[in-house]
Amino acid sequence: MKKALLTGAALLASVMSTTAQAQRDYISIVGSSTVYPFSTVVAERFGKSTDFRTPKVESTGSGGGLKLFCSGVGDATPDITNASRRIKSSEVELCAKNGIDEIVEVTIGFDGIAFANSAKAEHMSISRKDMFLALAKMVPATDGSETLIENPYKTWKDVNPVLPAKKIEVLGPPPTSGTRDAFAELAMEGGCKQFPFIAAMKSDDKNKYKAVCHGVREDGAYIEAGENDNLIVQKLVANPDAFGIFGFSFLEQNADKVQGSTVDGKLPTFDNIAEGAYPVSRSLYFYVKKAHIGVIPGIEEYLAEFTSERAMGEDGYLADKGMIPLTEDAYNEVVESVKALTPLSLKK
Amino acid sequence: MKRRRSAEKRFRVYGLISVLFGLLCLVVLFGDILSKGLAAFSQTVIRTEVVLDADYLGLNKNSSSDEIRAANFEGLLKNHFKEMVQPDGRKERRQLYSMISAGAAWQLIEAVQANPGLIGQAVTFDLIADDDVDQWLKHDRGVEGINTRMSEVQIAWMESWIEQGMLTTRFNTLFFTNGDSREPELAGIHGAIKGTFLTLLVTFLLSFPIGVAAAIYLEEFAPKNRITEIVEININNLAAVPSITFGLLGLAIFINIFGVSRSTPLVGGLVLTLMTLPTIIISGRAAIKAVPPSIREAAFGLGASKVQVVFHHVLPLALPGMLTGTIIGMAQALGETAPLLMIGMIAFVVDVPGFINDPSTVLPVQIFLWSDSPERAFTERTSGAIIVLLGFLVVMNTAAVMLRRRLERRW
Repeated sequence: MKKALLTGAALLASVMSTTAQAQRDYISIVGSSTVYPFSTVVAERFGKSTDFRTPKVESTGSGGGLKLFCSGVGDATPDITNASRRIKSSEVELCAKNGIDEIVEVTIGFDGIAFANSAKAEHMSISRKDMFLALAKMVPATDGSETLIENPYKTWKDVNPVLPAKKIEVLGPPPTSGTRDAFAELAMEGGCKQFPFIAAMKSDDKNKYKAVCHGVREDGAYIEAGENDNLIVQKLVANPDAFGIFGFSFLEQNADKVQGSTVDGKLPTFDNIAEGAYPVSRSLYFYVKKAHIGVIPGIEEYLAEFTSERAMGEDGYLADKGMIPLTEDAYNEVVESVKALTPLSLKK
Repeated sequence: MKRRRSAEKRFRVYGLISVLFGLLCLVVLFGDILSKGLAAFSQTVIRTEVVLDADYLGLNKNSSSDEIRAANFEGLLKNHFKEMVQPDGRKERRQLYSMISAGAAWQLIEAVQANPGLIGQAVTFDLIADDDVDQWLKHDRGVEGINTRMSEVQIAWMESWIEQGMLTTRFNTLFFTNGDSREPELAGIHGAIKGTFLTLLVTFLLSFPIGVAAAIYLEEFAPKNRITEIVEININNLAAVPSITFGLLGLAIFINIFGVSRSTPLVGGLVLTLMTLPTIIISGRAAIKAVPPSIREAAFGLGASKVQVVFHHVLPLALPGMLTGTIIGMAQALGETAPLLMIGMIAFVVDVPGFINDPSTVLPVQIFLWSDSPERAFTERTSGAIIVLLGFLVVMNTAAVMLRRRLERRW
């Protein structure tokens, strides 16, 4: 027993010291769960087609990823973080405080956010203004005065007479999700801005403007269904009256079960998102710590694989996985900046 | 009297109903998982004879394995299928290529690397089909009015392949030999099982000695005073702490202070040790208590010292009980995901971990990751992995029961 204890302790001590000293020989990637499906595909192909080890990809969410990323330089910190939104100036400051001065930003493509219901139900055509009115916590008063009231709408017909007389029931991600942030910013704010007196608020009281436009109602019409988009799809199939909010890749994979609603006259299709016509779409990014390039093996090669034509290009394998590729000009720009490893400057 | 009898009868019926209800839930759960998951154990392959054209690949029989890896096997396969099917136009060509897994080219590479003599010959391969083909063949084929992801042209090709006996299913060995993958048809649980094994190994090596030592000390040597009482209460409390808390603790102590690397079985094992320790200590103490005092007294009567009594007499008799507790603790650790969330084990790891400081995942985490993937074929993989996990749990719990039966003594 004593012997076992001693050998156990010795083994543990030796492992501890080796892990502390040993150079990490694989790339460590963290970040957004939206970018995760794409960066894992690249990581896998990269591992299979080169001598380098397959990078480790963690799904931590955009914010969590950037926090880890900015925690310092060295083995124990990630080399790359994925994000479904752009890095914030506060995060750049945090990075700088911890000694990370040079970050390379790579824009990889677009992701559309679908507003969808069961394929068995009637197809819906909706505007962003309707979405805002149906889902916001506070909406403009119905009498036309410029005041805000608690959201009174119960059915879609209440919001807009052309919509069906069905109860408003929307399943979507919780506030921790990048998809929710993007939905609030692109769809709800997009509709909210169409009221002139709220738009005017933006210059007077920015916080209030944000609270009004991004505030989602909490009376049961918007149901937080967790981060699992598959679950939302399943629930939509079970309940044809409900709508769901999730990423385009899930819509594409489940095209037989759910249908995307037309938003502001545009269907969430590959072409519409790529052209920028579909209003609820966002750019996806990843950030690379320049100090780690040349220290951790394989980062440059990983970047080359990610930005190669066969991955990110129009017919690349990332497009097969549901990512909407960049336009040709934007793509060429990205390739150039990755080759030169141009560090990020926020004054863009 | 009559009323008493009927009350008794009623109580028996209630008991039976609750047992039946529990069983029913179990049957429904297992039925659902089995019906969804069994399909994961078979895989669709396309049997075809490919000419490994030496000129096209730029290889010869003496090519090194690096040269083989760099050769364009994907293009070779695309050409092969193009000639076989004769697709019409670019759109159909793309549809055709999408039916073959990215893993098919890797299959060729592996075969050629193992035997470079194959270059220049025509070889029959069972090429892995794409997950969409797999799903169609298993679930959608011949079902009226179903809206599949396959187009009409693709279905026509597949029907003709089935007639020629090219499109078949076989046992899915890849599911057990591959690590994780983003292509459902290539994804396997080998990496997760190895990671689970390494993590549990660390947990066992740490928690068993520490747990047993703590149980012996508390039961046999500790003075009965305030401090030991506080320790006892806290151990009992720890057993009820939500497991995610241990994850936070592990993140703060092991990763942030001691600098153990994230996502490794080492840090996972350390965190799970914290979680299983209370279980082991409590069951260990119960096992020691169950040793009759007469044995102790007899040993003392023969002049044995306290340490001799404990190690020669009490411990061997208590060990079966302790082992049972340990196995149950390990089974608990096997199914745990929450604490591992915090220490970065929710990660995409393709390479099978070799040692306790390689990045890895564990089975429950693998299940969690797959359940969150957009591809539909991952649903059945998820259920398949759950079946394997349940299998492990059943084996471990049976082992615990058997051990108890085998070694238990009655006094």
